[in-house]
This record gives sequence, C-alpha cells and structure tokens, in this order.
Amino acid sequence: MIEVKNLVKRYGSHVAVDHLSFRVEDGQIYGFLGANGAGKSTTMNIMTGYIGATEGEVLIDGHDILSEPEEAKKCIGYLPELPPLYMDMKVDEYLNFVSELKKIDKNKRSEYVKKSMEMTGLLPVSGRLIRNLSKGYRQRVGLAQAIMGMPKIIILDEPTVGLDPKQIIEIRDLIRSLAKNHTVILSSHILSEVSEVCDHIMIISHGKLAASDTPENLMKMMDTSHTLELLVKGSEEQIHEVVDGVDEITSVTIKPSDEENVMAVSLNMKEDTDVRERLFYGFADARCPILMMKSSKVSLEDVFMELTADDEKARKEREAAEKEEEDLSGEFMDASMKEDLPGEFADAAQEEDLSAEFTEDTKKEEQ
Amino acid sequence: MLAIYRRELKSYFTSMIGPIFIAVAVIFTGIYFMVYNLNAGYQYFSYALGSTLFIYILLVPILTMRSLSEERRSKTDQLLLTSPVTVNQMIIGKYLAMISVFAIACLIFCICPVIVTFGGAGHLASDYAAIFMFFVCGCVFIAVGMLISSLTESQVIAAVGTLGILLFLYFMSALSGYIPTTALGSFAGCLILLVLLCLILYFFTKNWLVSGGISAVGIVACVVLYFTKPEVFENLLPGILENLSLTTKLDTIMYTFVLDFSGLFYYLSVIFVMLFLTVQVVQKRRWS
Repeated sequence: MIEVKNLVKRYGSHVAVDHLSFRVEDGQIYGFLGANGAGKSTTMNIMTGYIGATEGEVLIDGHDILSEPEEAKKCIGYLPELPPLYMDMKVDEYLNFVSELKKIDKNKRSEYVKKSMEMTGLLPVSGRLIRNLSKGYRQRVGLAQAIMGMPKIIILDEPTVGLDPKQIIEIRDLIRSLAKNHTVILSSHILSEVSEVCDHIMIISHGKLAASDTPENLMKMMDTSHTLELLVKGSEEQIHEVVDGVDEITSVTIKPSDEENVMAVSLNMKEDTDVRERLFYGFADARCPILMMKSSKVSLEDVFMELTADDEKARKEREAAEKEEEDLSGEFMDASMKEDLPGEFADAAQEEDLSAEFTEDTKKEEQ
Repeated sequence: MLAIYRRELKSYFTSMIGPIFIAVAVIFTGIYFMVYNLNAGYQYFSYALGSTLFIYILLVPILTMRSLSEERRSKTDQLLLTSPVTVNQMIIGKYLAMISVFAIACLIFCICPVIVTFGGAGHLASDYAAIFMFFVCGCVFIAVGMLISSLTESQVIAAVGTLGILLFLYFMSALSGYIPTTALGSFAGCLILLVLLCLILYFFTKNWLVSGGISAVGIVACVVLYFTKPEVFENLLPGILENLSLTTKLDTIMYTFVLDFSGLFYYLSVIFVMLFLTVQVVQKRRWS
C-alpha cells in the first residue's frame, strides 16, 4: 500500500506537484492520466525516492521513503520514462547486475533473472549488447529490470511508448498478469490505454489531483442527461409532431442530414426515462421510418477534456504570453522551445488517433 | 556497493578506457625507468616515478570524466538512486573501481625496483614506500576528477575542468614563488580572497546579508590584525599555498627518501573531503 500525503514539489517558482494526496491499495492497477507536463513523472520520481519532495511524505508499505529509504525501495520496481540501461552491457549481464543491486538473495538471483526474462520475452536476446537492441526490446529490458525480484509495487512511467501495436498488447497483457500478485501503477497520456488496463484512474492536471475513481464511475460522473441520436426519414413538421407528443423529452434539435429527405434528430430527455419504444411507434404511426437510433454516452475522453479544460486555457494563455515575449525579443527563439513544439504536436496526433479508435470501439459496442 | 564496484570495473575494461590508461601509464614510466635507472644507472626507482607525475594530469581526467556525468546523461542514475543503495555506497563503489584501475598500473610499477636490484644495490623499502605514496597521490587526483564529473552532464566539460584543476594543483608550489612575500602583499591577497568568498557564497545562497556579512567580518578582522600585528601577514599566502601543495608532499619520499606521514594524512583528508563533496553534489541535485 502506498500513501502519498500533501506532496509538493517546486522548481524555483514553478510548482510541478501541488499538494497531491492519494492512497494506493494492494493488488490493483492504478493509472495516472494527464497531459504532458502535468506532473506524472515528477510524482513517480518522488514516490520511488529518486528526487526529494519540497513538502509532504510518501509511505511505501508503512516505510517512509526518506527516513527508511532502503526498506521502502526494496518494495518497489521502477521503470522510468527513459529505461535506465547501460548500453555497454549484455542483457543477461545487466539483469544480473540489477538483481545484485536490489539485494536479492544470492541463490535466487539466477532464478529471478530467468523468470523476468521469460515474462518479458527477452530470452532470445539475452546474450546481445543492449546498445544493439531496438527500442521495443530496450523497453522490455527496462520492464524486466522493474519486475526483477518481484517487488510488491511496480511503478511504470509510460511503459508502452515507442512500441508497435503487437508489443503494446503484449505489454498490457503482462501488466494485467502482474496485477494478480502486485500493485501496479502506470502513467500514460493515452486514454484508451488507461481505460483498458486500469482498475482505478487518477487524473492529474497541473500537479493537482483532478479526479480519482474507477473508469466506469468517471464516465457516470459526466452522464447527467441522456441524449438520443436519430436519423428519421420525413419532413421537419412530421418529426416535430411526433416528438412533441412525448412529455419526457426536454429539448430537440433537427438538422437535415447528408441523405435526401432524412433528418438528423438529437433529443435530450429527463433522467431515468426510456422513450425509445414510444418514439418507435410514434414515428411508425406517422409513417416516418427510423433509420438509426442510438444513445450517446460520454466517453472517457470527454471526462478528461472537461477536467483538464482549465488546463488548456491556462496553457493557451501562457503560450500567448510567450509569443508576446518572443515578439519583443525580436528574432531570438529558444532552442528548447523549437524542439518541444513538434514533439507536442506528434503526441497530440497520436493521442487523437488512439482516442478516435477508442470512441469507434465504444460506438460499435453500443450499436 | 559491491555490485556497483564490479559493474564499473568491468565497464572500464569493456570500454577500453582502463587498458589505455594502464598502457599509457606503464609505457611512460617504462621510458623514464629506462632513461634514469637502466641507462644512467640511478639506484632509486622513485626518482623516475616522481618525474612521471605530470602524465597523470592528462590521464586522470580521461579515467574520471564519465564516472558520474555519463550516469546522469543517460539517466542510469535513476536505477541506482531508486534501488536499495545509499548515495555514499554508490560514490564509494565508483571511486574504488577507478582507483582499482590505477592500482593495477601501480602493481606493474612494483616490478621496477626488483629489476634495479639485479644491476647492483637496490633500495626496495624506500622505492615501495614511494610507489605507495604515488598511488595515494593518484587517488587524490581521481577524487578531484570524480567531484568535477559529478558537477556536469558533459564528459568533455568534466575532462577539461579536471585537467585545469589538476594543472593548477601541479603548479601550485611553483606559482607560490611568484606571490609577494611582504605583509602588505598578503594582506591585499586576503582582502581579494574575502571578496571572492563573498561572491561565491552569494552564488550558492542568493542572500547578500549572509555572504556580505561573513566577508565584512573577515575584512574587518584582517584590517585590525594588519594594523596591530603586521608580522602575521609576512609570507602568509605563499606559505599556505606551499603547504597545501600536493606535489611537495610527494617530493619528500621521491627525492629525499623520507616517508612523510603528515603528507599521507593530508592526502587522505583531501580524498575524504572530495568524496564528501561529491556525495553532497549528488544529494543536492535530488533536492533542488
């Protein structure tokens, strides 16, 4: 069990983590979700004792990470954003070194090394130099390092970045299988990944905990009014006639759709009511066939956007301010900014892709 | 600690830095040994060894440059700092690995005094004592290099920085001869040092009150002392530099064949201070 109390991390005047408190129970998969720079990695680095917090405390299984670092660190396996690999070592050499570093009993070392290589599928490359491995395999070596010695708590910072779709599925399955005996915390900025793997989601925005619940509850939280989407063949007056006869409907919008003579209707109705049957018979009596009817639920993406909306606004303001500064300073442009921008765009594009996939999936399910 | 030590030592020999370091050290010592002992027939190996010290100003930075800077650049320090190992153990493990590489070179030097005995009278005791002092002096150089390496992420900056500092240490006693020995000269030197101290303190604390206050107290004390007891400043700075010089401690054993325990103690204290500072640098980074 991990307890994080009132965690604050300041870098000069910049607050990376702002009074963050949460509890992680045993045997579940937790997901940290947040935009780039929301404070996910910083929080993980503090939890694992890599950096110190400005304020607050972290208890790992009852051991304070600062006053009893060795006891606390023994319970944790950590895969940072960039796997900490020595490029001049072979895979098995490296994992042996890690097992020794983690103070695993001498007799059990080779057994654990073998086990972690088996679980991450590294046996075929065990004798190769890490320098010569592809990014996906390096990520696996990092993962093997994190699960070395089967620690109680496994913390993974963006474990599937840079992997191909097949590897992503493999790693997800591995994470799920680990959750049987371990507590897993993973961070991601990809919604579909978190919603698929995690039992519990913590949305972090600007170093603060914006929400913390199960994926289902998070979606419910947003689901305040039911919406129905219909495609009906008929004129606007005919549709209005039918819809006005149903009392539960609170608002209607009718737009012409792409097809001729077909209207796209969107209905809002009161909570806990089901008007689908009455609509069906109503339109049937008016001889207006219903071509499509589906209830639109909010996706996790909507929750995320809603919760980090202020975040976006703040970011835009900040960018605007930066732009002004740039204009003032003439042609000078910060090299680091130049580097950052394409990266951010690429990330955003990736996120869009995956979330589009995700919403498509949910649509199919609903139909 | 043992795991880190073994990994480091192995990596010195897989990356070729270790063999190159040892080879260059042995070749240069061999040349001096041939010229002084074999050719000129000088009986003390320590004389040849003492002349090779300047080579280590170039060699030690190559050995130490990557020790901590590379770890930081490739983020492998995340593995070390999140595993159940203390920062002290991590630094000592790395330090021991580096001095082990140097120790291998020194062990090879141990053959030379024996070779001298074949040609006539040898002085084994004083020669081995000289090799030992030479080794400890090299350990001081390595500790300095490691401290510089911990300050930066770039190997090149670490190497050049170490080179500069080792050069200064090497020439310190020679340079001390050019500093005025008069009381006024030392007095002025002290004032300049106090102002520098003020700036350095400000750089670290960002607090003018503390840095300015400490320096002001020092300056007032200097002024009072200068006008009441000017003889204290007589030969003060050159004397201090001369006493702090690393090379003069080595000269006593190399050229006068006397093992100077105060020198040994001085070396060990410098090593301790350097290692302590290295640990502090690593710790500070985690907290800032």
